[in-house]
Amino acid sequence: MMEVVLTVTAVILSLAAAGAIVRIAIGPSLLDRVLASDVLLAIIGATLCIDMAVNRHLNNLMLLVALSIIGFIGSVTVARFVADRREHPNES
Amino acid sequence: MNPEPSAVDTIIDTVSAVFMVVGAVMSLGAAIGLLRFPDLMSRMHAATKPQVLGLFLLLASVGLQLRTWWVWPVLFVAWIFQVLTVPVSAHMVGRAGYRTKHLHRELLTTDELEAVVQKAADKKTADRPDSGRQDPDKRAAHDDGPADDGAPA
Repeated sequence: MMEVVLTVTAVILSLAAAGAIVRIAIGPSLLDRVLASDVLLAIIGATLCIDMAVNRHLNNLMLLVALSIIGFIGSVTVARFVADRREHPNES
Repeated sequence: MNPEPSAVDTIIDTVSAVFMVVGAVMSLGAAIGLLRFPDLMSRMHAATKPQVLGLFLLLASVGLQLRTWWVWPVLFVAWIFQVLTVPVSAHMVGRAGYRTKHLHRELLTTDELEAVVQKAADKKTADRPDSGRQDPDKRAAHDDGPADDGAPA
């Protein structure tokens, strides 16, 4: 059963990561890209969790804790220094 | 009286498998929401699903699969720190998104922040003539205001 779960979650998370990467690529604003990179970070944490659960080890646990502690610093930093440089203010 | 261990194992495996699939579907829902929602605020709504509920389900499946008790506090610490730090980044992104007008006003039902922002902008424009004149009484009266606009020309 675990092999089936691993395959299904691998397909689902690959599609989710592809969607987040598409949103990072097409933007249209910096904050959309920051938000999509946060979602990509959450997807990476989900893959670490599924790897631990299916293979029954704890190698990624400290990485996951560190990810949840310091993962917000990047988006906070970018959101602190964002500025509005658009020509048409309602395009997003 | 206990059921045999293999039955318990099957039940725990099934529950953790369901948790893993639902937690992965949360990530997929966030990606679909990122691609389809019209503006930053609604995309932020979609982005919180894998960060809170998806991580909770997957950490629970890790704890169920390992079948040890000491791992649950570590997983709880990971989830608690996620719940504590995600609102900080969401607040900063939403604040910057509102200030730089990355939102569709026609989609809002109510906007309680607009009055506050308008008041702060009015206060800033009212304070601006004082900064060139260097009137000591007025500057002392405005010392309790925001400090970021006090640069004299």
